[in-house]
Amino acid sequence: MRTKDLVATAISNTFRSKLRTTLTVLAIFVGAFTLTLTNAVGAGVSQYVDAQVGALGSPDVFIITQASDAASTGDGPVKYDGTSSSVSSQQGPPGTTTKALTAADLTKIGDTAGIVSVDPIRSVQPDYVEYDSGTPYEFSINATSAVTTADLTAGAQLDGGASEAQLVLPDTYVTPLGFSSADEAVGASVSIGITDILGAKHTVNAKVVGVSLESLLASGAGANDALIAELADAQSGGIETAVTSYGVAVAHFDTALNADGITALKADLQSDGYTASTIEDQLGAVQTVINGIVGVLNAFAVIALIAAAFGIINTLLMSVQERTREIGLMKAMGMSGGKVYTLFSLEAIVIGFLGSAIGAGVAIGLGSALSAVLSRGLLSGLPGLNILLFEPTSVAFVIGLVMLIAFLSGTLPAQRAAKQNPIESLRYE
Amino acid sequence: MDSEWVIDAQGLEKSYGSGASRFDALKGVSVQIAPGESVAIVGKSGSGKSTLMHLLALLDEPDTGTLQVAGKDAKSLSKRAVNELRNKEFGFVFQQFFLTPNVSVLDNVILPLKIAGMGGKERRRRGMEVLEQLELADKAGNKATTLSGGQKQRVVIGRALVNAPRVIFADEPTGNLDTATGAVVEDILFELNRNQGITLVIVTHDEELAARCDRQIYIRDGLIVSSIMPTHHAGAHALTTSGGAE
Repeated sequence: MRTKDLVATAISNTFRSKLRTTLTVLAIFVGAFTLTLTNAVGAGVSQYVDAQVGALGSPDVFIITQASDAASTGDGPVKYDGTSSSVSSQQGPPGTTTKALTAADLTKIGDTAGIVSVDPIRSVQPDYVEYDSGTPYEFSINATSAVTTADLTAGAQLDGGASEAQLVLPDTYVTPLGFSSADEAVGASVSIGITDILGAKHTVNAKVVGVSLESLLASGAGANDALIAELADAQSGGIETAVTSYGVAVAHFDTALNADGITALKADLQSDGYTASTIEDQLGAVQTVINGIVGVLNAFAVIALIAAAFGIINTLLMSVQERTREIGLMKAMGMSGGKVYTLFSLEAIVIGFLGSAIGAGVAIGLGSALSAVLSRGLLSGLPGLNILLFEPTSVAFVIGLVMLIAFLSGTLPAQRAAKQNPIESLRYE
Repeated sequence: MDSEWVIDAQGLEKSYGSGASRFDALKGVSVQIAPGESVAIVGKSGSGKSTLMHLLALLDEPDTGTLQVAGKDAKSLSKRAVNELRNKEFGFVFQQFFLTPNVSVLDNVILPLKIAGMGGKERRRRGMEVLEQLELADKAGNKATTLSGGQKQRVVIGRALVNAPRVIFADEPTGNLDTATGAVVEDILFELNRNQGITLVIVTHDEELAARCDRQIYIRDGLIVSSIMPTHHAGAHALTTSGGAE
């Protein structure tokens, strides 16, 4: 029997018992539908997180802090030593204090082989922003924005080397400040109000170079080095407060370094008493949680598919039983056991394909509609999040997986059919 | 001499089951079937006549004894070769029609060609040819289930005929039919035997049908009781015992 004839016969046999096939296909449909949706959620959320990673920083950047002094918890207070000890900073994670970095530390980090440059993060606390003497709005600047890539809706990224003060405005500010659109805001000059340490108020002008979507992980406006320096100067009120300690520094490392090189560099910094982490390290935990949730959802879908697999086995066993005489006849007419096996396996695969293709199709249709509704309603607070992202490869993978499961389920009935003795089958009443 | 026989069976024995439930269906049967003859295997139910036919048609293997088909020992043939032999050289007509329901008459008829791997166009051409020969061409598109008993058996004969076989094995071909339609089916079979030289092996308990064959092999309790030579040989109602017959 030719392969083409086998496939055609398998397809027509599948539709011989319509109700039974439909019910089996429905069972697979549920599994494939769920699996397609959970995969889409995983893909959608991952894509969103990836965009957020971009918002947090470039891939060639370390966030460097002093290593926390773990020994102090076991051995009691450490003796003060004027040469090595430094002031405490409050910029550590909640519940901990981190020792600050001094100018000497920055030099030492900068001298480490592999580090291209190191800059302390200076935090500035502006009071408000206003445009064209309109209503001022409360305002904050993301201290690490100089090294991040914003998720832009209009305009361009910040130019770190520029001498003019540049600002990337969150898109929520566009309308309140009096711009009709994000594009109109680009190029405008806004005033930022800031209070210095003596209580005097100053304003600093900055040019809006871009408008960004609000990010989940990094909030506030973006400012380039020039603007931060200008704001910091205004904030200090012209008094040199000798702030020579910083909580956090940002170091650019050699982009040519591979993963091993980065690990080695981290170890070098660690031995010098600094904790260096990349953006990926910081986001690793978030991604692990998301992957875990998607994994659990996928597991449920697979359980549904396993239940459906028993449905396929049952359907085909009944089919083999019903068609005992037909199988006997085909074998009497010279059809080999192998071909009979192939025929029934193909029927299983056809059932699997029907269920998975319909399941995936309906999932894509319903999911896209749901995704559109959610992003306008419930999830409108998370711009840029496409909760269900259907990737062709993952949909194809789901269909392939279901067909594989169907094939495996078909092996038992197909084997039974292939092994049938033609005479006994023909005698079967 | 062997090659001139289509089928040459010597000392066939076959039993089913084991121990107390052991049943000896054949206890040593030797049969030769020449090309172009029509042979009736006659006996009551349980006599072993169907088992004999199954062995001759290579549907089953004997426990002991040898079987040669066209000069080749059936035991030496591979499974594949046996399948091909059954597919190309043999046609089968069973008492129950074994037609696939919900499939057209034509598709039922061309099943052996489909199994043989013949192309779609050629299949249809040969199928329609056979249906025309059996005056069923107008029913080609009908579902097999919509036909009458006689028509069904004609479709079955068409299916047995479509691969242009050398031998047609028929197991009670008229068992399910009334006398009139049965006679029509018989006529078709004997016409094929006469005009196309197709060897007929008919298993039956119907004496009248058996009488129309060139030769009758009577079988009882797994042994050949008598084998009557062709009646048209003048006065030659020769009685030959063969195999383990007493």
